[in-house]
Amino acid sequence: MIQSIELSKKYGEVTVLNIPSLEIPKGQAFGLVGNNGAGKTTYFNLLLDLIKPTTGYVLNNEIQVNKSEDWKPFTAAFIDESFLIGYLTPEEYFYFIGELRGMNKADIDTFLSQFTEIFNDEILGGKKYLRDLSKGNQKKAGIVAALIGNPEVIILDEPFANLDPTTQIRLKKLLRDLTKNSNATILISSHDLGHVTEVCERIVVLDKGNIVKDIKTSEETLKELEAYFSV
Amino acid sequence: MISHFLKFEWKQFFRSSYWQKSIALNILLGFLAVYFMLTFLVLGISIYPILKKQFPESDPLIMVNGFLFYWFLGDLLMRFFMQKLPVMNIKPLLALPLKRSTILNYVLGKSAISFFNFLPLFAIIPFGVILIFEDYSTTTALIWMLTMYICTLIINFLNFIVEAKSAETELSFLPIIVIASGLFALNHFDIISFSTLLGNSVNAIIENPLLVSIPILILIGLYAANYSELKKKLYVDGSLKAKADVAVTTDLAWTRRFGDIAPFLQLDLKLLWRNKRPRSTIFILVIGLLYGLIFYPNPVYKEMIPMFIFVGIFVTGIFMINFGQFIPAWDSGYYKLLMSQNIKYKQYLNSKYSLMTISAVIMFVLSIPYVYFGWKILAIHFAAMVYNIGINSHVLLYGGSFNRKKIDLTQRAAFNYQGTGAVQWLIGFPLLLIPILIFYVPYKFINFEAGIATLIILGGIGIVFHQKLMNFITNQYLNSKHKMISAFDQNN
Repeated sequence: MIQSIELSKKYGEVTVLNIPSLEIPKGQAFGLVGNNGAGKTTYFNLLLDLIKPTTGYVLNNEIQVNKSEDWKPFTAAFIDESFLIGYLTPEEYFYFIGELRGMNKADIDTFLSQFTEIFNDEILGGKKYLRDLSKGNQKKAGIVAALIGNPEVIILDEPFANLDPTTQIRLKKLLRDLTKNSNATILISSHDLGHVTEVCERIVVLDKGNIVKDIKTSEETLKELEAYFSV
Repeated sequence: MISHFLKFEWKQFFRSSYWQKSIALNILLGFLAVYFMLTFLVLGISIYPILKKQFPESDPLIMVNGFLFYWFLGDLLMRFFMQKLPVMNIKPLLALPLKRSTILNYVLGKSAISFFNFLPLFAIIPFGVILIFEDYSTTTALIWMLTMYICTLIINFLNFIVEAKSAETELSFLPIIVIASGLFALNHFDIISFSTLLGNSVNAIIENPLLVSIPILILIGLYAANYSELKKKLYVDGSLKAKADVAVTTDLAWTRRFGDIAPFLQLDLKLLWRNKRPRSTIFILVIGLLYGLIFYPNPVYKEMIPMFIFVGIFVTGIFMINFGQFIPAWDSGYYKLLMSQNIKYKQYLNSKYSLMTISAVIMFVLSIPYVYFGWKILAIHFAAMVYNIGINSHVLLYGGSFNRKKIDLTQRAAFNYQGTGAVQWLIGFPLLLIPILIFYVPYKFINFEAGIATLIILGGIGIVFHQKLMNFITNQYLNSKHKMISAFDQNN
């Protein structure tokens, strides 16, 4: 589904990302781990054509992302708060995203009803704008918005950070169900090794922009990762 | 400890990317500061000889004291709009082992050395020195200078209390305007003569220097009031926390009529109404609408028809210019979202275009009563509207593709230069001046009707080629997409 070919990004002399080749097949739950500055967010930004690659390109479903915009209808992402529109209420935000993805209000209301537990009465129906919600609740809204309209590719940067434990567990279940029941390709990055190993079938470790490990998740994966990072 | 604080201030000032990036703006502000200082200096030096010459019978010092009321009122008003108590910066200090009283005294003390308190000295000191040379006793002059400086500080601290009180209400600057004009009116119509009252008090202090203790006591009282007011708020859920508005959900179902640009139109309308800075562009509409009243009734401008073109462009285009020059920076906070969503750039830009067009039409309709000043005014407004829709709106959208300055929507509106760059200044002039030229040539060589027709025809051409122009503009935006994203990502 997603191919990266000779992809690299340099700022001045510093190479922040260098991926000669990486292929993520359709329907895979793909996890990206690495310390700060490893290039995780840079990679996601390149997938979304938010920054220009220095060399190489990304193919999303055979569409080169920096040449055509046709990948947008089936791709959704939540990278950070700049994906939220602060002066909208969460409902208005969901309706707006829904509209861009061809869903009307009633569709969105039905879609949102499955997240009642995650929202925990703090998001919908409240008299608050997104900018006034707590970081955790903003994140919930952003992640749910990224799931609107059954996208085939879902990109989530650090989805577990800032979430409360209950929501973390619910989100893990949600993502696992999603990979099981639909054919969506899910890309997530995380600093929490436990969470990624639980959710992802495949984990790639980045270090200073280079792929140092590419693991198919198994019983031993968590141990292996912990051993790698406990230097 | 204080030396640490002062170092922080220094670093905050010189390390802010705002300072580093917009040198031009800082030079401009620097010039303004120098200009004001010089003005005050000239005032301080010249007022004594002028008064002496104009009113040889009266004592210049007494006369100056009689005017103090206006000075203080003006000072308070100016501070209200331009000076803020910098409380937000102290959040990181709260968790450190520092006494709260140290922090509070620091914040309040710092405000005492602001530019606003130095400025009056440029007038006070020269005037005082002249007094000494002009046979007044040195004590009188010194006491007068001291009193003036204490009064300046009193206004300084009074302003913070007024600001705190008016921040609690939704009306923002309305109360102070009402109170200030109330005081001014009472004084002006001699119902209560504050200027005499204040003048007499200052005269009394000069007569009897011991009375200077009264303003000093007032100053101490105000400082204490500020101190206790701040102390209450020195918690992260107090004034350090940004206030949350109660969300009002609106449907805006009528925007559906605009077809596929409807979601963006709704977004823009909410943007305008729910954020301070864009909201001010709506209030400016009223000013724009009344702008014509300055020119049309005035016989001086009767024969200056080209000037009326300027007014017409301004009246029908004020919203367009104010809103349009910051496209797409209004959306800078969530630009990444827009760029990764299922959005066609053209729809997005068309929504902005529609908003500007609608505003021009509405402004034209609202300005129809100006027909009272002659049918020519109406013709001018109509031509200006067509020109605005056909030409200026496209120019503004095109200029937007060079926009690299982010706007933080939550910031206040008045005197906010954020997002203002060279592009904004450059684009403003042709928008207003070129139509005058276009009108002037046929007007001069043929007649009034020919000038109007030229403007309408040009605007019409712009409207006819709207699709072509939009394609071109959209391409410009696509080309600079990555530059914009990275610029909007940086914090000023």
